[in-house]
Amino acid sequence: MVFLSPDRMNAGLLARFARRRFAPNGADVVAVALIAAAGVLLVHGAQQMSLPVANLHTTPVVLDPARLPEYALRTTLRMFAAILASLGFTFVVATAAAKSRKAGMVIVPMLDILQSVPVLGFLTFTVTFFLGLFPTSELGAECAAIFAIFTAQAWNMAFSFYQSLRTLPTDLDEVSRQFQLSPWRRFWRLELPFATPALVWNTMMSMSGGWFFVVASEAITVGKTTVTLPGIGSWLALAIAAKDFVAIAWAVGAMAVVIVLYDQLLFRPIVAWADKFRFEQTASQEQPRSWFYDILRRTRVLRRLWRPFALVLNAMPRPGLPKLLMPRIVSKRTARGLDAAWLALVAAATLWAAWSIVRYVAATVPAREALEAFSLGLITLARVIVLIAIASLIWVPLGVWIGLRPVWAERIQPVAQFLAAFPANVLFPIAVIAIVAWRLNPNIWLSPLMILGTQWYILFNVVAGAAALPNDLKEVSGIFHLRSWQRWRDMILPGIFPYYVTGALTASGGSWNASIVAEVATWGHTRLEAVGLGAFIARATEAGDYPRVALGVGVMSVFVILLNRGLWRPMYGYAERRFRLE
Amino acid sequence: MSMTLEKPEAVDPPLVEVRGLKHIYGKGGGGSLLVLDDVNLTLRAGEIVGLLGRSGSGKSTLLRSIARLITPTAGTVSVRDVPGDDTAHGVSMVFQSFALFPWLTVQKNVELGLEAQGISAETRRKRTLAAIDLIGLDGFENAYPKELSGGMRQRVGLARALVVQPTVLLMDEPFSALDVLTAETLRTDLLDLWSEGTMPIRAILMVTHNIEEAVLMCDRILVFSSNPGRVIAEIKVDLPQPRRRLDPAFRALVDDIYARMTARQSAPPARDGVFPGMGLGLALTHVSTNTLSGMIEALAASPNNGKAELANLAHDLQMRANELLPIAETLQLMRFAEIEGRTIRLTPAAKRYAVAAVDARKQLFAQHLLAYVPLAGHIRQVLDARASHQAPATRFRDELEDFMSEPYAEETMHAIVSWGRFAEIFAFDEDDDRFSLDDPV
Repeated sequence: MVFLSPDRMNAGLLARFARRRFAPNGADVVAVALIAAAGVLLVHGAQQMSLPVANLHTTPVVLDPARLPEYALRTTLRMFAAILASLGFTFVVATAAAKSRKAGMVIVPMLDILQSVPVLGFLTFTVTFFLGLFPTSELGAECAAIFAIFTAQAWNMAFSFYQSLRTLPTDLDEVSRQFQLSPWRRFWRLELPFATPALVWNTMMSMSGGWFFVVASEAITVGKTTVTLPGIGSWLALAIAAKDFVAIAWAVGAMAVVIVLYDQLLFRPIVAWADKFRFEQTASQEQPRSWFYDILRRTRVLRRLWRPFALVLNAMPRPGLPKLLMPRIVSKRTARGLDAAWLALVAAATLWAAWSIVRYVAATVPAREALEAFSLGLITLARVIVLIAIASLIWVPLGVWIGLRPVWAERIQPVAQFLAAFPANVLFPIAVIAIVAWRLNPNIWLSPLMILGTQWYILFNVVAGAAALPNDLKEVSGIFHLRSWQRWRDMILPGIFPYYVTGALTASGGSWNASIVAEVATWGHTRLEAVGLGAFIARATEAGDYPRVALGVGVMSVFVILLNRGLWRPMYGYAERRFRLE
Repeated sequence: MSMTLEKPEAVDPPLVEVRGLKHIYGKGGGGSLLVLDDVNLTLRAGEIVGLLGRSGSGKSTLLRSIARLITPTAGTVSVRDVPGDDTAHGVSMVFQSFALFPWLTVQKNVELGLEAQGISAETRRKRTLAAIDLIGLDGFENAYPKELSGGMRQRVGLARALVVQPTVLLMDEPFSALDVLTAETLRTDLLDLWSEGTMPIRAILMVTHNIEEAVLMCDRILVFSSNPGRVIAEIKVDLPQPRRRLDPAFRALVDDIYARMTARQSAPPARDGVFPGMGLGLALTHVSTNTLSGMIEALAASPNNGKAELANLAHDLQMRANELLPIAETLQLMRFAEIEGRTIRLTPAAKRYAVAAVDARKQLFAQHLLAYVPLAGHIRQVLDARASHQAPATRFRDELEDFMSEPYAEETMHAIVSWGRFAEIFAFDEDDDRFSLDDPV
């Protein structure tokens, strides 16, 4: 049954309105054209994706600029498929974690770990799995690529949603409970809107992170299986193998165009729209703007055409979910006992899983090599720390300089975000050429590639921090003519510290991941390798040597988790306690 | 929908009946907090009942128990509709913070409760517009909450509570987030609607800190003690509506309630069921030393000249009872003031304090702090005894938690640190969480 929207006008009024306002306007033309184009592209891309797998061999990827738009489209579709999957995952898993204490006890630490382990290392396993799932269709390879991107995107989105659900404003929660909103309605009226701003921001971050993986996952060799899906990533792999500089430039250009397009046509409008969900009772000073969102809002025909859909959508969210059974009241003692039993069960399962992995690895890999992997991890750790330190020395002063100048901050901020989205692996060949040409030591000079894509997080977080320094503090330091060192020590550094930690944490996590592709770089037949855990995993992946991949990924996960728990978390806590400006 | 109803006689069975209500926050053991203890309440049709008490007296908890937002630890709550009346059901609540959904328009906010009941869109719209109309929000249907002033927002909150046609309206400090003028207008409007009988509700139960507000609006006032919350007095207000604040009978009633609220508090309250220690177990309320000095000065100055009626003082200083009383009690604790009935009188020491310069003030404060606040003396003693002149704060915190629950221990530590710093009887390093005798360099 379809319910009519409450703001529906009566027939006569509607007719009058139609005569006056139904005529399409300029905004309609732009919006309809863009939306129709998107629709056509979507259908075309989807058709291509489900072609038989043989098609991959009969029409291999070629370095023909005329085909590039098609490849870019395929890559973009993969990105969006993955982001949709991530959203679905987020809604289901994060909701479960927030609603059920027992699920939460397992899901939350798991998300925390998954968002910090090197997902690139898992590619080996998933490719094999998905190719087995759809042996005759391109869909298997597509799924593998999409899954690889998904594994890079989902965790922080789920985490953000979970945190929003756990921090629902008490009074709104009480209103919803008092009116006995059904879980379904509560989700649409309270939970989703409240979580939207953080979720949108995290989705954008995930999208940026995804590019790195799409490039790494389209052309992948696992043992004897080589899959080359049509897309920008494969194009790049091919261009690198063929030492074709022009083709690389084309790919970089195509990627830039795609990033700008979805930013302008999708994310900006969403951010502008999501502004209304920000939980504050006062109108904000600066509202995010988007020209495309303005156009959409100005359209006439489109809004009318949308109306029937809106009605259906409004009517849809009432599947008459049965009310959740009231939780049985158990005594606190029993509840604690159940919790303990559940925890024990989970711990047992975890131990068993860890033991199986160890046994699996130990069956083929000698203990000596495990030790070696560990020392390789130390080398990569040294790289990560040195690189973060260097990047901080460069970007903190620059970021502060920019942040203190609002005009510049406004201009630089989108650029820094764009650079963070830009898959740095595209630029690796240039480094290889340089290293070969000048006979540099790859152990040192391959390292900067690890941070190439992630250093921007430091920059734009510091810029944001400096821009957020309260004006009165700046004025005080002006009045007292603080010397510049004193100014830095007493005002600027404490002020930006929480922001810096956020940026450095993200950059460090990204660098570990990037080491898997950055410690091994090729250009044509030239292959450069740096000694490190990343190279170890990359080599094992190429060889299809699953036990060693598992070993490498396991060791890296341990390093990342230790670094996060041992360094970044405490710093974060310290920053929260001491330097929060309220 | 009929919105005009005569108020039924007050002989019907009670609409809300609370028996032996007890509520404990926390898990049990040291961290638990008894907020309500053996509370009984009866609400009949046609009444406005006020719950008056200081922060921590569990009034809001009681209200939420009635709204079924909280399951009390013990006791029963029953809510009945008026027999033979189909127009109103259950309870509905108005929140101090308004609790509006910022992403929904005024109309959608008001509709929320109806939507949940699965009422058809057309009926929903009609009823919503009627409620919006009733509460004076015409023309704001499509506005978002952030575009509205505080007063308008609370009107939305009222409309949302009324549109579901509850039998009983629960209000949790509905006017305390509003400025004085707006609050007054809203109170008057609500009382007008109530006396005209244009609202479907049959009784109102409201929580407030504000004694005047309670006397202005309520037919009956229940005064709560704090820690734990108990009903310590029930006061019938027989003044005819509309009531005037300047009416001598009104003033007398306000003064009387002040006296009742302080009388009980001047004997040290039993905290957490543990014996009401005057020793270490004395729970302190953190009041800034600036506020204490300011209060002493205000009392010392004319026209008070060292003595004032609490109610008048609150009025002059534009303070609510729950703001004034902790200050008065802290002064009393440190022997800077004496409270007798409804008056507060400065001690000679306080009069010297009022005219002293900063250093002399600090000395005087330090003397009184060490002499009359056992915890301060204890900390100082420990520090003096140790060779290092240092002691971790956890040590004292643990000692306190033998006497009181964690939140009170925290508040007490906060108070002692702040007073001790002002008196310069010891130093406290927050990073290391440790007391010392070091002079700050």
